[in-house]
Amino acid sequence: MTFLNLPRRALLAATAATALALSVGGAAAQTPENVLIVGQIAEPQALDPAAVTAVNDFRILMNMYDGLVRYKDGTLEVEPALATDWTISEDGTVYTFTLREGVTFHDGSAFDAEAVKFNFDRMLDEAHPYHDTGPFPLAFFFSSVESVDVIDPQTVQFTLNGPYAPFLSNLAYPTGLIVSPSAVMEHGADFGRNPSGTGAFTFGEWRSNEAVVVQANPDYWDGAPELETVVFRPITDANTRTAEMLAGGIDLMVEVPPVALSEFQGDAYTVHEQAGPHVWFLILNAKEGPFADVRVRQAANYAINQDAIVNDVLEGTAEVAAGPTPPAFAWAYNPDLEPYPYDPDRARELLAEAGAEGAELTFYVTEGGSGMLDPVAMGTAIQADLEAVGLDVTIETYEWNTFLGNVNPGLEGKADMAEMAWMTNDPDTLPFLALRTEAWPDKGGFNSGYYSNPEVDVLLDAARVETDQDERARLYQEMQVIVQEDAPWVFVANWKQNAVTSDRVGGFSLQPSFFLLLDDVTKN
Amino acid sequence: MTGYIIKRLLSAIPVLLGISVIVFLIMAMIPGDPATAILGSYATPENVEKLNRDLGLDQGLVPRYFIWLGNMLQGDFGRSFALNRPVLDEVLDRFGATLILAGTSFVLCSLLGIAAGVISAARQYGVADKAITFVVLLGISIPSFFLGMMMILIFAVQLKWFPVSGMWPIYGDRSLWVLMDHLTMPAIALAVVATGVIARLARSAMLEVLRQDFIRTARAKGVHERRVIWRHALRAAMVSIIPILGIQAGFVLSGAVYIEIVFQWPGVGRMLVDAILKRDILLVQGGVVFIAACYVMFNIMVDVAQALLDPRIKT
Repeated sequence: MTFLNLPRRALLAATAATALALSVGGAAAQTPENVLIVGQIAEPQALDPAAVTAVNDFRILMNMYDGLVRYKDGTLEVEPALATDWTISEDGTVYTFTLREGVTFHDGSAFDAEAVKFNFDRMLDEAHPYHDTGPFPLAFFFSSVESVDVIDPQTVQFTLNGPYAPFLSNLAYPTGLIVSPSAVMEHGADFGRNPSGTGAFTFGEWRSNEAVVVQANPDYWDGAPELETVVFRPITDANTRTAEMLAGGIDLMVEVPPVALSEFQGDAYTVHEQAGPHVWFLILNAKEGPFADVRVRQAANYAINQDAIVNDVLEGTAEVAAGPTPPAFAWAYNPDLEPYPYDPDRARELLAEAGAEGAELTFYVTEGGSGMLDPVAMGTAIQADLEAVGLDVTIETYEWNTFLGNVNPGLEGKADMAEMAWMTNDPDTLPFLALRTEAWPDKGGFNSGYYSNPEVDVLLDAARVETDQDERARLYQEMQVIVQEDAPWVFVANWKQNAVTSDRVGGFSLQPSFFLLLDDVTKN
Repeated sequence: MTGYIIKRLLSAIPVLLGISVIVFLIMAMIPGDPATAILGSYATPENVEKLNRDLGLDQGLVPRYFIWLGNMLQGDFGRSFALNRPVLDEVLDRFGATLILAGTSFVLCSLLGIAAGVISAARQYGVADKAITFVVLLGISIPSFFLGMMMILIFAVQLKWFPVSGMWPIYGDRSLWVLMDHLTMPAIALAVVATGVIARLARSAMLEVLRQDFIRTARAKGVHERRVIWRHALRAAMVSIIPILGIQAGFVLSGAVYIEIVFQWPGVGRMLVDAILKRDILLVQGGVVFIAACYVMFNIMVDVAQALLDPRIKT
């Protein structure tokens, strides 16, 4: 039976092939010095800050570009960047910026007032010759800008259509990063793949679906970075990203899944955590059904065990939220605010007072989405807590885009509660878009639960036009107390962003803005 | 034969048109639009409407379909919203990677599957047959993505024999050996199930042939047993094995989606999953039509091969 020799021969060949392959492998594990390899969660959409919306893309962009202002290290307060100084007119509508001298874009062209004007006109003016290099989905961040005028090469003036306090903070957001006009003119719609800014790193190459490579900018105005090269690798699957980190294929990994954190205990890795401007909440339908009664809304806040959600479901990757404003906005947060305690008895009392025992509730849950953490597991835990106080909760689960399509137009006639999460850059954004009477869905806002309190409306309108930060802070703090009492939402969690670095990486820290800043990072 | 090939090629046209209509309608009807996906939390009705207008999605379905079809017939598949580059560039880039992965897997599972099936059939109920059957059933029963993750854990993270993921290293040369280093684990993980299926079906095809008169005649003539099995019997059995290979090729291609995600292989399957989640309409449509065209072509090739092998098939 000679053919029986075949499997033996095949085995031999296979072994030889494997041995050969192995001899090639192994060397791949060690990454070079001064080259930082970052495990990203997805391929970037474009490297044009005006055109993108995802945090994943911002992580690259913040290292290649600068804005007129930026967030001070470790805070959400603005400090000078490409603008060295600015004045705000008495009525809060005219901002005049003095620009940093001697700054050039990576392509060699000069950064000046004309360049700033070009950037904002390109985004906002539909008649601008380069407006067709968009679309610019977040241009509405600057919808209050009426005109941008060049006073002299080092001075630029923004005129707003009314006082708008979040303006400076929006300039620090990636949408406000300044791109090189001459590069836009040269590459047109392909600028997103041929980027040029003023930042700490210059664009090297973009190998589709493999890596974006950036090189140190030795002439950076804020001091050349320590690293020579940074490689951003898209690794969409969280398990694979974890495996790459464990195998030494990447040096820095963002968005570590909570269950994988235990893999990185020990000296070989450092786990970084940073709370950010994120809030995870349940929208309650205050227009109809049981939640129209404030006592039932408060009962839901008492009934849900946020500690268990944060510590058990999310494995400590979030903190319990007390109100609508995340503590990361340190200056605007009300430190006296205590989260609703977990008190099922109090919840039952309130339900009895309101005559809502055994009420049937429809609960919209999503499978996953931007900032939604672990929405199915969290939804299930919430359902169990509400059922423990006698409510009858039915979950309906939707894919993210479908979910948004159901929730954003308002919950009326469909559901009593829905999961939601927001990450913002200014304390104004979320309450202004989601808690005012004027922000009901039929008026184009995100107040999908139809909360309405004239006092809150007045406070939020006043805070938006107030240019004095202390006074603004007072208005927001007052708003938080009222909103917590009115309970239009169940306040659940503030996410702590995490990252893991290997022991070869130094000088790294996460920012409350959730941006990834690498100009002071080292690697040996 | 030429007439047969032309006939089969012509019959592909309505199939492809049908696919283009179906994928277009599916993308138009699924809830959620690209503007909502791009804007996320900031998807106010006003912003969504403006962005959809900028993306050219404010026209009616019928004109949109014919514009798309017309452009596609001229080789213009449009531009991906989410990747900001021409759909065809992206699909061709990605398809090359998938072909390398699926092609290697397909060769692997065809050779191993047929060999295992033939040996099994020749040693029916013998030790080799039982051992092969056991291994094959084990292989069929393990989901490929699970196998892939386990392989990563054992051979990449623990033993460090192979890189965890990707098609090329981030730095260094791009030689064939380096590619094979990255290809070994995903190709094996993808081939396992198909190998099992081919082995099982090749075994029964061989058993059928081995019972026939011409085999007995060959043996009676004193032809060496090895020659009887690998020449006479296998050649006859190939007529029923080749269509199985055709089906398995489709299976390997679709199974590549999971493997591409697990091993971060930059292929067309992963591209489609990402594109669907982002509602990247033109990329999904272009990608599906392109894959369908390849699949149809492959099936035509299988039919032609079968017609060449088996004169009984009317051409």
